Amino acid sequence: MFHAERPQPAAVHSPLAHASTTISHRESSIAPARAPSDQRSNPKRLSPSDAKPALRLDGISKAFGGHEVLRDVSLKVVAGSIHGIIGKSGAGKTTLIRIAGLLESPDSGSVLYEGVGAPPLGPRDVPGAQNPLERQDVRGLHSLRGRELLEARRQAGFVFQSFNLFASRSAAENVAFPLEAAGWPRAEIQARVAELLAVVGLADKAERPAARLSGGEKQRVALARALANRPSILFSDEATSALDPETTRAVLDLIRSLRDRYGLTVVMVTHQMEVVRRICDSVSFIAGGSIVEEGAVAEVFANPLSDEAKAFLREDRHE
Amino acid sequence: MSDALRLLGRPLAESLLMIVASTLIATLVGGALGVLLFALSNDRFAGKHRAALIAKRLADRAINMLRSFPYIILMVLVLPLSRFIVGTSLGTAAAIVPLSIAAIPFLARIVESALSEIDSGLIDAAVSCAASKTRIIFAILIPEALPALVSGLTLTMISLLGYSAMAGVIGGGGLGDLAIRYGYQRFRGDVMAVAVITIIVLVELIQFAGSHIARRIRASR
Repeated sequence: MFHAERPQPAAVHSPLAHASTTISHRESSIAPARAPSDQRSNPKRLSPSDAKPALRLDGISKAFGGHEVLRDVSLKVVAGSIHGIIGKSGAGKTTLIRIAGLLESPDSGSVLYEGVGAPPLGPRDVPGAQNPLERQDVRGLHSLRGRELLEARRQAGFVFQSFNLFASRSAAENVAFPLEAAGWPRAEIQARVAELLAVVGLADKAERPAARLSGGEKQRVALARALANRPSILFSDEATSALDPETTRAVLDLIRSLRDRYGLTVVMVTHQMEVVRRICDSVSFIAGGSIVEEGAVAEVFANPLSDEAKAFLREDRHE
Repeated sequence: MSDALRLLGRPLAESLLMIVASTLIATLVGGALGVLLFALSNDRFAGKHRAALIAKRLADRAINMLRSFPYIILMVLVLPLSRFIVGTSLGTAAAIVPLSIAAIPFLARIVESALSEIDSGLIDAAVSCAASKTRIIFAILIPEALPALVSGLTLTMISLLGYSAMAGVIGGGGLGDLAIRYGYQRFRGDVMAVAVITIIVLVELIQFAGSHIARRIRASR
């Protein structure tokens, strides 16, 4: 009720599909496994520059104790789309989404969200350049501190594999926490929490302690909590990996309906091809800390180019 | 025996005063110190600043040193401090000073470890909710750690009851003093028995109340 209906994701597909046909380079299926440095030169079919991005990552690198987890990863996610990031464990996908969701700082590179952190327009700026994603002079959100950083975080909701609900709080109190932190008046918090719990189908379990909900219910509460501050982007780190297949499908469908209702952009890290197939519009394959292939889901499924994508599709068919 | 019970009143009141007062002081000071120790050792709260690292090391050394003093020696060493704070180095009020000083590092460690045991995923979730560090500590971490904190506080109070038995040395009175002066030095076995049984009952009561509260909190989750 607070957000305009977003355009359907199908509209997102066409420019991507078009871009993919211009790629002439193809890998040989019998090519030996290549060094990670070669994987970076893999064809990237997604060229969302013509579509409006909601999230932009530029040259993200991150190392833990000398071990390079991400190297020079760049990514744009089209506004209103559901973008999957898929890779094997240890590929760096969780680190990438934690950096994108402002939970962790990169060693280098920048993260930008649409409409956040842009400095005010100067006299010589062209009108319409308020979007930091289209400007070169904007520093990444990780350079923000204090109140500004909290404001940027309010543009991002995050859900986790292990739900991470606060056991000391009821379902409703979990959803209320980000609103308390944002300084909402009590009465408005109550109304907003009731609205969100109804949207995720848990209006009748508002007072239940968080620990006494089922896995699927916990993730629904976590989604309501993540969306409480009306973020523009929802990050999901393996949100369905701890759930059974039936609950997984229900939660994925809920994420899609939340995207439609609130006009969200969704970024999902997963190791399950089923997740990508069921709700993603576009997908990035990540291996060895780099994105090795990306494109519209329909395109990648029809015509995978990288070894990584082929391997995932092979496994998917065998399941 | 009725004489022994009559002797019990004042020492019991002194013991309770010492325990309650030093527990309150230790909860405030030690609790704050424990939160600080946790924050200093956590990247999320202190970052990777050199200053935080040094402060944490210094605090660790100071706490370990304070904790390694035998209580009877600590009590004598802080006599000048007691005189400075409460105006006298003798009596029950003066005995509260060394008791608090003994309990502060103990409780600080309990709070630090209780907060450290919280799943880091909950901190991630609180951070993603765009909460400030202070709010995360007070609205999430302390409530999450509450059962462990209550158990730790129970432990602290029982230790303090043990320490307070030594308060007689500096004229602090209390149940331990009663047992020594009447029970031991005047061969009053009945007074000794009454004092010891009262201490046992107090320990049981504190433990029962602490366990009960911790259990109630856990059961409500």
